[in-house]
Amino acid sequence: MNCQQAKPLVGPYADGELDAAAILELEKHIHDCSACALEWRNLQSLKKALKQDALYFSAPTELRRRIKAELPSARTAVTRRSIWNWNWLTTATSGAFAVCLALLLLTAQTRPSPQQQLAQEVVSCHVRSLMASHVTDVASTDQHTVKPWFNGKLDFSPPVKDLAPEGFPLTGGRLDYLDGRSVAALVFQRHKHTINLLVWPATEADSKPAPVKAAQGYNLIHWSKAGMAFWAVSDLNQKELMEFVQDFASDQAVSP
Amino acid sequence: MAPVDERERSELFEQTVLPHLDSAYNLARWLAGNDHDAQDVAQEASLRAFKYFGSFRGDNARAWLLSIVRNSFHTWLRKNRPPEKTVEMTDDILDIEDSSVNLETVNPQFADAGAVRRAIAELPLEFREIVILREMEGFSYKEIAAMAEVPIGTVMSRLARARKLLQKSLAAAFNPGDQR
Repeated sequence: MNCQQAKPLVGPYADGELDAAAILELEKHIHDCSACALEWRNLQSLKKALKQDALYFSAPTELRRRIKAELPSARTAVTRRSIWNWNWLTTATSGAFAVCLALLLLTAQTRPSPQQQLAQEVVSCHVRSLMASHVTDVASTDQHTVKPWFNGKLDFSPPVKDLAPEGFPLTGGRLDYLDGRSVAALVFQRHKHTINLLVWPATEADSKPAPVKAAQGYNLIHWSKAGMAFWAVSDLNQKELMEFVQDFASDQAVSP
Repeated sequence: MAPVDERERSELFEQTVLPHLDSAYNLARWLAGNDHDAQDVAQEASLRAFKYFGSFRGDNARAWLLSIVRNSFHTWLRKNRPPEKTVEMTDDILDIEDSSVNLETVNPQFADAGAVRRAIAELPLEFREIVILREMEGFSYKEIAAMAEVPIGTVMSRLARARKLLQKSLAAAFNPGDQR
């Protein structure tokens, strides 16, 4: 590959839009060519500059409120509330207080172990991804698209592997936030079931895949390998989820 | 009081579409250039989305909402503003002489969001929207092509040209004496 061929590919490469063969050739070229390497670094700087939070405009609360007020249900709710304004407020406050108290008592009695707490967070993360129709940020069945997509978004590089031949096709990836840090979420499909595989650098020693007590009807499997912690979560049955985990963990092949 | 199915529809809409209001507003804000017009466009788009929510069958509510924002913006634009100067499109992405402006030397100043903001705002509309959808919203070329109703090749050439323009104006902003 020469510079003429390489230059137009640098952008698509940075965007995770190149196929595996082209990635290999381009990486080889960038390695040997300082002009294209500079182009690549410049593009990364630019992409980083465009992604800074200060440039993103979040929706004003007022706008959100106005839109909700225009929806049919919200309209009726608003009128009802304004009639019994005070009553409603007092009831709500005392109700909320009672709920807080009950929760406080409950948690004091049955304080879950750290692993159970984490399992609960993993399940919430899974449910959230399905509810908000935000399962994937990068939708692709190609591991060579999904893996580079995480570059620069995380301070680690998660192993990505498509398990379509095993019957668990990769459908994409997503960034999520869990246990106080950003994590990689790989999304797989088994028939109609979505499997979220959450990955982040492990703080504990390697461990074999083991089911974690299911919560809210979801099955969970946790393991650690090569410095990464893995949590698989799905509404898929325990047996098939374990098959998935074993296929993924088997040689844990990592795409380039 | 609204009939039950209407209320269910609103609830579903609040759960699937409204979580993406930030994205909708961000796009509208970058397209329209100010808060007031952006709020109008985002609100109009959201209500239009609710109206057609029944026909939404896809699995990507964010992409769907953003294409409505884009359409609402263009409708609004036709009514409210004289046509913005459009750029002549060519597929030759190398015609902005890349001149390998070295951005590494200006890197530290990239923290200065003001300069980056100005550089984006100066981009022609067709380029700006693609930069926002790609870099801030993380959509794939294919998704952007569908939203902007242009071929993927056009998305790629616009994006490449937009990036060259941004690099050029950022380099100029920080190294005024070093313009090549």
